[in-house]
Amino acid sequence: MVSPNTDLAYDSKIEGDIIVSRLDSVVNWIRTNSMWPMPMGLACCAIELMSSAGARFDISRFGAEVMRFSPRQSDCMIVAGTVTYKMAPHLRRIYDQMAEPKWVIAMGACASSGGMYRSYATLQGVDRIVPVDVYVSGCPPRPEALLDALIKLQNKVKRTPSFKNLTA
Amino acid sequence: MTAIASDADVTASLQAKFPAATLRPSVDHPAVNVPMGEVIAVLQWLRDEQGFDYCVDVTAIDWAEDVSPRFTAVWHAYSTTGHRYVRVAADCTDDENPSVPTATGLWAAADWHERETFDLMGIHFEGHPDLRRILMWDGYPHHPLRKDFPLAGIETELPDIEVAEETQAKVIAAPMAGGPFVASSKGEVNMTDAEPRAKDESWNEQTPKPE
Repeated sequence: MVSPNTDLAYDSKIEGDIIVSRLDSVVNWIRTNSMWPMPMGLACCAIELMSSAGARFDISRFGAEVMRFSPRQSDCMIVAGTVTYKMAPHLRRIYDQMAEPKWVIAMGACASSGGMYRSYATLQGVDRIVPVDVYVSGCPPRPEALLDALIKLQNKVKRTPSFKNLTA
Repeated sequence: MTAIASDADVTASLQAKFPAATLRPSVDHPAVNVPMGEVIAVLQWLRDEQGFDYCVDVTAIDWAEDVSPRFTAVWHAYSTTGHRYVRVAADCTDDENPSVPTATGLWAAADWHERETFDLMGIHFEGHPDLRRILMWDGYPHHPLRKDFPLAGIETELPDIEVAEETQAKVIAAPMAGGPFVASSKGEVNMTDAEPRAKDESWNEQTPKPE
């Protein structure tokens, strides 16, 4: 594993077939390490997104290599690129179609703030229509920056009271 | 179709055929101004008689709100056999609701060019088979490349009513001066302070780095 998970400790000689842990830890552990992205590739950031899935950067080390082009099967929307006002409602509908729990990464200057497109045609930040968990700076960001954002998002998910949210 | 010797021959023979056509100042390709009523006949003559078989561009110029004629439609055609361009321009007679005859009957390629010109300049192409907006969404109330449209844009509703209600988001005017990439020529904004990365630092050119 890339990051040692200190939430779970198991010694079969002592505990046999029984694992004791907090339910939140188990749920979050599962969610954290199989965070399938919904690639919302709208501009040049999508090229960096693609290369982060390639062999050199290998996003599958973090369990997020399964780019689902179906919102039903994805957990994390990566908005990679310029969102025009014409595209914005479609982006919001795809977000609405994603099953809970779901997260959003705004990748790059355009998705985060509109970037250099101060224009009548460009949405000035995707956080105006969907809740964003992690913003990535850069134009476009390096694949390492996206991996860093993914790790930050995983850390955020690990701290979530998931079981309480499930029963609430 | 006849072979053409030079650029001057195109305009000369065009003016011989269409006496109302006048030479248009041009630094590159032969160019003519023609009356709007004759423009389709001129384009058809260029296509059939002069070999300009390829419609490169259909666009328009908005001179200003208070200028008459305000709009000028411009066509560029290319000859794939003669390897030359020609430019034809025609003033719109109506400044309020400019109207131009369509060239889709001559070149199918004119279809999307005319839709774009309609979308961004608000010029109506008479006889166009499918004159819808092509870049902005259907129902957008403005024509963004007109001179009276501010660069920042005008606040309007999002294309999708449901999403607009859900998110309370609008198409907002985004003035360049508020953005992170714009310098002011008058010097009100110090670019070092305006740069987003400078805001993250406790020191810059004005305030030295603390020891």
